[in-house]
Formats: sequence, structure tokens, C-alpha cells
Amino acid sequence: MTKLVTPDEAVATLESGMTLGIGGWGSRRKPMSLIRALLRSNVTDLTVVTYGGPDVGLLCAAGKIRKLVYGFVTLDSIALEPHFRAARQGGTIPHVVEYDEGMLQWGLYAGSLRLPFLPTRAGLGSGVIDVNPDLKLVTSPYDDREELLAVPAIRMDACFVHMNRSDARGNSQYLGPDIYFDDLFLSATDIGHRFVSCEKVVATESLLDEGSFHTLRINRSMVDGVVESPNGAHFTSCEPDYDRDESFQTEYATAARDPETWHSFVNTYLAGSEADYQEAVRAR
Amino acid sequence: MPAEPRLADVIAIACAEAFRGNGEIFGSGMGIMPMLGARLARATFEPDLMVSDGVAFYVDGDLPIGSSDKTVESWIPFRQVFDSLWGGRRHVMMGASQIDRFGNTNIANIGPHNQPKVQLLGVRGGPGNTINHDVSFWIPKHSTRVFVESVDMASGVGYDRAARLSKWVQANHRLPRVVTNLAVLDFETEGNTMQVRSLHPGVTIDEVNEATGFELAVAETLAESRAPTDEEMAAIERLDPGELRYREIPN
Repeated sequence: MTKLVTPDEAVATLESGMTLGIGGWGSRRKPMSLIRALLRSNVTDLTVVTYGGPDVGLLCAAGKIRKLVYGFVTLDSIALEPHFRAARQGGTIPHVVEYDEGMLQWGLYAGSLRLPFLPTRAGLGSGVIDVNPDLKLVTSPYDDREELLAVPAIRMDACFVHMNRSDARGNSQYLGPDIYFDDLFLSATDIGHRFVSCEKVVATESLLDEGSFHTLRINRSMVDGVVESPNGAHFTSCEPDYDRDESFQTEYATAARDPETWHSFVNTYLAGSEADYQEAVRAR
Repeated sequence: MPAEPRLADVIAIACAEAFRGNGEIFGSGMGIMPMLGARLARATFEPDLMVSDGVAFYVDGDLPIGSSDKTVESWIPFRQVFDSLWGGRRHVMMGASQIDRFGNTNIANIGPHNQPKVQLLGVRGGPGNTINHDVSFWIPKHSTRVFVESVDMASGVGYDRAARLSKWVQANHRLPRVVTNLAVLDFETEGNTMQVRSLHPGVTIDEVNEATGFELAVAETLAESRAPTDEEMAAIERLDPGELRYREIPN
């Protein structure tokens, strides 16, 4: 059974108020075509869970985030995401849950294993505990009786990740240096709205043409919809298909500094369809 | 003949010295001087240290700063970075926008967390790093803005906070060095408060105290930060052929 859908069809299944997990890391292999489709939709009031990059920036700028659960928000080669920075300093994200990077992994892993929490030392004694008073400690039941941080499980209603290759049923492949935590994001999401966009949909028998079996970390039971989206991670990196578009990222970050230049950036790149976006990028 | 060492070269050695004795663990440097420090330690007196390209690979041999012409010796994607750091097999040298006398550090935000005056990097991996393995710091501009009475957000756990945690944490928590443009500092005092360990050539203790927002102890063995040997200077030139260190620390 094929699971192929367009970015807009995927987003049309979402509802306002949902918890959305977004794969990738900073400005690396982000499901940007799905984020752009989300920007075109009326879906809002989202809880977003991610290792953030321009996905978070764009959703902040569009006022779609009610709650943000994050390990960081960065553009990598530009240390601070400008829209995120403005939103934090302006106090416009109603609820922020900032975790240590490893704590976020642990929350996702607990969620994917259907456990209520996983214990760790990461976060103990730090400001993360001071600013997240809901976090609880747990005492080891063994002789050491050590007090540890219980990172609560994170479960999501919907999830977007971007891969290099997929087949039409959702078996998916990353060909770059790091899967990041994309498998955990998918596994910690309820069945129904788990979307993988990819550079290219290939026949199942071709999945091993470009990478070893070690690259097949996402199987079809983890995926509800497949979106073929060439250049879909643009302007973030999607190695080895393409590197980050640094000059475009600089244009994005520069435009984001001022409402007027941002308005013009939106008109040039984000006012139309995904095809219009890709055309505008090619025409630069 | 290698060139005459400048301040940036003394600092490169001070950063490298932080990794002395670490053996076969991940020596991780965030930023130019820490990265140069880890690679310099590996190229000279700490040959078993493991260093990465900052992407996802451990690299063998000398990898110059800014070069991608690498020999991969192993793979270290982020999940394995977390595994190695929770397992204690790592020593990071990183920056800090604020640091206090107990080594609590802040890279996250200035002002209150709910609406910061300035959003910085966020806590990133600081909490997990400082509680699981050695973390040293590189501060390029030693000033009272950075060396503060108390940090706005503890993204890194200092000795007073660690002292309130489990015996395991107290036994494993360690902040070996703070290297700045003026001096090398550590926490090897009775109450684990910061002390000056060595002064860079030409710097006085008064200058360091003036640039620090709290009272510093001074090590009985206070010395001048050492210059690189000829062999070390040659390694520095090999590892930083673009002389990025002189751009970060002009003489």
C-alpha cells in the first residue's frame, strides 16, 4: 500500500493544538517543505518538540507556537536563530520548556518505549531544574540510593522528519553522517500523523543501491505518510545530496532582523506553493 | 625554525595542558582555541587523546583548524556523543558568558529565563556535560562582565551546586581549568573556589583581580604560564596554518 502524499495533504490532517515533533538538528536535515506547508495552513497553537533550527524560527515568526520543548535553537553557522531570539526576548512564546540536549533524547526515548520516565544525572543541580519546577527526582531502589532526575516521557500527536530516500510504504534511509534523533521522534509519536519527507522515493529493491543496510533505521511501521520533496530540507543541509545553503541562510537571518525586510522575504519566498519556493530559490 | 611564540601560542599551550593525563578519551574543544588545545595535546604530550572533526567523526593524525582533509578513525554521531559523555569518557573545553567563584557557568541567557534581556545559546549540553565528565573553560576576554558574583542561569554546574548532590556526583564532578586571555585558573582550593594558577607573560595579579567580580585565591605555586617548546610551536603552526589564533588573540 502506498503512503505517498503531498506536503499540503500531510498538513491538512493536522489540527490546531497538537503536539508536533520535528526531526533534524539545528540547521541540518530539517523537514522544511513540511514546515513551509504548515506556514501556509491555518494550523496553530502548537506544542513543538525539537532540536531546533529555522523550523522553530519560522513557526515563531508565524505565531504558531504555544509551547516549545527544546534542547536548543540554532542555525549552526549562525549561532543564534534570529526569530527565536526575538520571540524569547519579546516573551511571545507562552510556554517554554528548555532541556539539556541529552535530557530531550531521554524524554523521547522514554516516550518511544512507553515508559513514564527515564532516570539520568543530566540536569541535576543545574538551572534546568530551577526553571522547570515540574521536573521530579527519583531515588534508586538499589543499595546506592542515589537521587536522579526523572525525565518525563514525551509523546507527540504528529511528527515530521526528512530523509534522503524512502520507498512508497515508508521504509526510509539517511545517507549522511548522523540520523540525529529522527527514529526516536517517529517512535514517540502516536500512529496517524507520522510523516517522512524525502529527497527521492525509490523502489524498495533500490534502497541498498546508495548505502549499506546500516542506513535503514526507519521502517514502514514507524511512518504513516511519505512526501517526495526534492530539495525539501533547503536551506538546511541534507548530506550527501546537498550542503546547507549558507548564502540563503544569511539572507534569511538578515531579513529576520527587521519586520520590513522580513515582510519582503515572506513575499519573495513563502507566499506561494512549495514549487514557487523552489523556483524563487533557483532564480536567486 | 618555528616563529617566536606570541600570547596566543602561550594560551594554546595552556588549553592543551588542560588535557594532560586524560589518556584515551574524547578531548572536545568548542571554538578555535579549545579545538587547537585538544589537537595540540594529542599532537604532542597526549598521543592517545581522541579528537573529532566537529561533525560526526573521530580523526587520526593532525587535522588543521578549518581543514576537512581528514583521516577518519571512527564514527561519533550525536547519540554516541551523549553515550560517551554520560559514560564519563570525555573532557570538554568550552566558552562561558558568565562564571562565578564555584565554577557555575552560563551560556544560556542574560536576565530572567522566562523573558531574557539577552537570549544566548541556551543551556545546550552544559548540564549533562558538567555533571558527567571533566569540563574546562576558555574565556577570551577576562572581565567583570564574565567573572560575576552569581550567574543568571546555571547552564553548567559548579562545585557548590555539586556539593548538594549525591556522593557519586561529588566524586565525579570536576572542572580542571579556566583559561583566559590573562591567566590560568583552577578550583584546587579547600572550598573549591577559584584560584589563579599562573599568569600569562606580562600580566600582573592586580590586573586579574581588577577584571574579576569576586575575590580570587592565589596558588602558592603561582607561576608564569609557560611558552611552547620548539616542537610544540611547530605543532601549533601545523595545526593552525591560517593563524586563526592570532585573530582571536591579537598581541
